[in-house]
Amino acid sequence: MTGSVSHRTPFSDWRTRETTEHLLRAIEAETRHLPAALKLMEVCGTHTMALHRSGLKPRLREAGIELISGPGCPVCITPDYYHEAVIDLLTTRNDIIVCTFGDLTRVPTRKGSLQTVVPQPGSRLKIVYSPEEAVQEARSQPDKQVIFFGAGFETTIPGITFTVKTATELNLKNYSLLTAFWLIPPALKAIIESGELAINGFIYPGHVSVIIGEKPYAFIAEKYHLPGAISGFEPADILLGVLSVVRQIRSGKPLVANEYQRVVKPQGNPQALALMEKYLSKTPADWRGLGIIPDSGLKLKPDYSAFDALKKFSLKLKPGQAGKTACRCGEVLKGLIDPGNCPLFGRQCRPDSPQGPCMVSYEGACLIEYKFSGAKDHD
Amino acid sequence: MLIFLKEDDMCLAVPGKVISLNDNGTGQVDYLGSQVLANFSLLPGLRIGDWVIVHAGFAISRLDQKEARRTLKLFQELEKQS
Ligand code: SF4
Repeated sequence: MTGSVSHRTPFSDWRTRETTEHLLRAIEAETRHLPAALKLMEVCGTHTMALHRSGLKPRLREAGIELISGPGCPVCITPDYYHEAVIDLLTTRNDIIVCTFGDLTRVPTRKGSLQTVVPQPGSRLKIVYSPEEAVQEARSQPDKQVIFFGAGFETTIPGITFTVKTATELNLKNYSLLTAFWLIPPALKAIIESGELAINGFIYPGHVSVIIGEKPYAFIAEKYHLPGAISGFEPADILLGVLSVVRQIRSGKPLVANEYQRVVKPQGNPQALALMEKYLSKTPADWRGLGIIPDSGLKLKPDYSAFDALKKFSLKLKPGQAGKTACRCGEVLKGLIDPGNCPLFGRQCRPDSPQGPCMVSYEGACLIEYKFSGAKDHD
Repeated sequence: MLIFLKEDDMCLAVPGKVISLNDNGTGQVDYLGSQVLANFSLLPGLRIGDWVIVHAGFAISRLDQKEARRTLKLFQELEKQS
């Protein structure tokens, strides 16, 4: 393949051209018998990325498989008003340190981005790699209020939640969370039920599945009769997932196949699940593009409201405040349009001048498309 | 946002190798010579030499080497068939 990934594990051997060619041929052998091309949704932004990087997307199209990017980018689906609430804090108070992941700081909103606004003297923004750095910051800055602002799926939620456990043990009074926690299975249900997109099957996100296991997807096969496969991120892993879905379609027996068993256990990660169960409860959540989906978010339980920045600082998350822009991220996230169909793509909207979160996040479909499709030649 | 191995590189969903364990539930994970401090609290019983997936500072899964070999074998069989 492209050879851009040089990290070798003892199991990198399946990154060879021969393996992917054989898998592509096996897929073709199945799709040959089907009347029309199949539309599969790759839910996870990291899959979108791997598909582009490896050049698999056009090869799969030739083999009768159309892959559509799904909502699997937490930064992209987080509505602007989360950022605006954080911006309000930084620009009105003088004792705030907001810790967050790097790509969240660049999302453009009506009020600017976290990176462009000027905080009050005494307040500041700090980019972290791990939420644990935010706890460290709270310990070393007792006079400040440290807020960890995090968006994430099931993959990231346990790590962020762990900081509440640590902060409780350390009796930290100056640490809190502002979270945009999103759950994948309810979003898939909403996408299926909206009926806007005729999807034939799913490639389930590998690292969300590491946490939740196989069972939370079962309703998709049982109730909606749609096939799916949990997949890893090597080109061969993705192809194996596609092959499994195609075979499920041909046999008429949809299921939740786990094609990433070396990393995903059927029951998920019990420690992570127990942690989420203890500290968090389900809540309706407002996804960019998808709207409010019941039980698709998680929030801190009332017992831990001392660590809930929304309560602590009486923050209001106001849906529907964002001014209308020409950005079509919402439709990109639903798989209704490709980034290239957005009139701003590659013109006003580029990685150095993003007009929406899908051009900001490393998992955003617009940024990925821009990086790998030669969109730089647009002007 | 797993790990950036080179500048401007997307998160690589690749496993790293556990090379040290600290008493406080953390340890170093090696990616081709570059090391990352990770929290191991979500994966009790890790040992030096295990391969793990690290996400935003937390090890979330241990790579099952037996399963990895099984998948490899499956690929080899596919190659024989075609
Ligand atoms: S190209 Fe830019 S403006 Fe268009 S949908 Fe993507 S992020 Fe939004």
